[in-house]
Amino acid sequence: MPPASQPHALLRRLAMPLIHAALITFTALTMIPFAWMIAAAFKTREDFLRSIFLPAGDGFLGIAWDRLTVENFVRLFTELGIGRALLNSIFLASVTSLGATLCCAMGGYALAKYRYRARRPLTNLVLAALIIPGPLLLAPGYQLLYQLGLLDTYAGLILPALAPAFGVFLFRQAMLNSVPQELIEAARMDGAGEFRIFFTLVLPLVRPMVGAYLMITFLQTWNNFINPQVVLQSSELFPLSVAINSLRGMYGTDYGLIMSGTLVSIAPVMCLFLLLQKEFISGLTSGAVKG
Amino acid sequence: MSAAPPSPSRRSVRAFPAWAPWAFIAPFLVVFCTFVIWPLISSLVLAMQRTYGPGYTRFVGLENFAFLLKDPAFWKAVRNTVVFAAGSVFIQLPLSLGLALLLNRPGLRGRSIYRLAIFSPSLVGLVFVGILFRLVFETRTGLANTLLHELFPAFDPEFPWLQTYVMPSLILAALWLYAGFNMVYFLAALQNVPKDLLEAASIDGASPWQRFRHVTLPAIMPVAGFVVLLSTIGSFQLFELPWILLDNSAGPDDRGLTIVMYLYQTGFITGDLGYASAVGWVLALMLMGIAVFQRLFLSRAEEL
Repeated sequence: MPPASQPHALLRRLAMPLIHAALITFTALTMIPFAWMIAAAFKTREDFLRSIFLPAGDGFLGIAWDRLTVENFVRLFTELGIGRALLNSIFLASVTSLGATLCCAMGGYALAKYRYRARRPLTNLVLAALIIPGPLLLAPGYQLLYQLGLLDTYAGLILPALAPAFGVFLFRQAMLNSVPQELIEAARMDGAGEFRIFFTLVLPLVRPMVGAYLMITFLQTWNNFINPQVVLQSSELFPLSVAINSLRGMYGTDYGLIMSGTLVSIAPVMCLFLLLQKEFISGLTSGAVKG
Repeated sequence: MSAAPPSPSRRSVRAFPAWAPWAFIAPFLVVFCTFVIWPLISSLVLAMQRTYGPGYTRFVGLENFAFLLKDPAFWKAVRNTVVFAAGSVFIQLPLSLGLALLLNRPGLRGRSIYRLAIFSPSLVGLVFVGILFRLVFETRTGLANTLLHELFPAFDPEFPWLQTYVMPSLILAALWLYAGFNMVYFLAALQNVPKDLLEAASIDGASPWQRFRHVTLPAIMPVAGFVVLLSTIGSFQLFELPWILLDNSAGPDDRGLTIVMYLYQTGFITGDLGYASAVGWVLALMLMGIAVFQRLFLSRAEEL
């Protein structure tokens, strides 16, 4: 045994506990703002000012459970009509993600699995579109929606989001990697139509990508603020992102109310993700790793 | 009409109808031409106009650009944006990589729980992070000050996060939001590191740092380059987080003004879509410059 191995062995034995300590610290720092928000959503204003997390008392674990209240949520849904905004968000995110996933899968298929003259220029067009920054289109896009009469409509929000170049690119990669050309040709020999091949053969083969992309676009639409803020004017059309922000403008010091509104806004996507996290993470990174 | 009999030649495969690829690409093309190409062209025209709302315009040539380059507020926005981007690349990404390296340790228990917990803020939209952290950074009643004061009684409970330390607050909020997101990318990249090479280096007596520098880093370089590019470009488009965090404003003394916020204010609050288009083009040129620079720089780094 070399002489240096004594401290080395000690270090190696300590490594795992140190790694856990570092990870636990960072995990705690990540979770504390969530815990604070959830606690604040169930507290009265007095308790918010008196305690950082849950109010102390003589209940289970030394917490005054009976002082917690759902009053904030009741006000949110009865007085302030947040239910409407929640439904708006669900509608916008579902329609946009379904439409965008279909359009991008079709576009990606056209670029990956057909050999024709325009394939190369079209692929380059998609790649070039990846570098166009969104904010550049904000002002001219607004003018266009004004000219088309689509301001303050859901069509004005959904239509431009239906075919992002990034999605087409992701599906092109996925199809290149996981749809064998021979399979498509065999189906064609059997007399299957082009759309039948796409829907019954190709889409099932890229199912992980479909699932991941549905979630990515659902999340993006749900969390989008600037587009609905710019396009929509009627408050009954507002999704949660815009509605909670304008709620904050009116009730800025009512912390419990603001935090319960934020909780209502992020809980649905959190739950969705927890159910489908494996597919989501693998889809998220597939573009980067397979490149 | 019927399928050609199979023969060894390449042409034997039954051809698809010529319309087929166009039918599949059509939805993308229609939407893309209408909502990307057309606005892109019209923004070139718009950038040379002064507009009052979407309906009234006046041609001003390159005046918008001349004014923009002389406007101290624009340069303040550029400076803030660069500071934020630097914070993302030099603080957040190394931290994400560090977390990924810790999580990648063979035999680590609870890996998926750590990963899930640290990733979870990425699901929260920028708006909601803004609203949450606006209250976290509140003086006296916010989480940051109450908790820090509780732990370290000497800490000033009136510490002015959003009044004075706007950029550090922003970088902290973004760190909370994105550290786990980038960690997932690095973690995926670390799966490409050749394990036998690491073992060989270890047997040859390479220190952990040497193993990281000469085996791990080269293997994750392509993904690292991608992540750096992604977060620089993302940083340059920062708008919602500071806008919400600072109560729908640029903050005291424009301390949280970013380039896109400047664009939003001129286009949608002042109502000059022409000027906002000019800002958009300047931003686009900056991003292209960054992409080209990183291409050159990173391809050089990969050769090292």
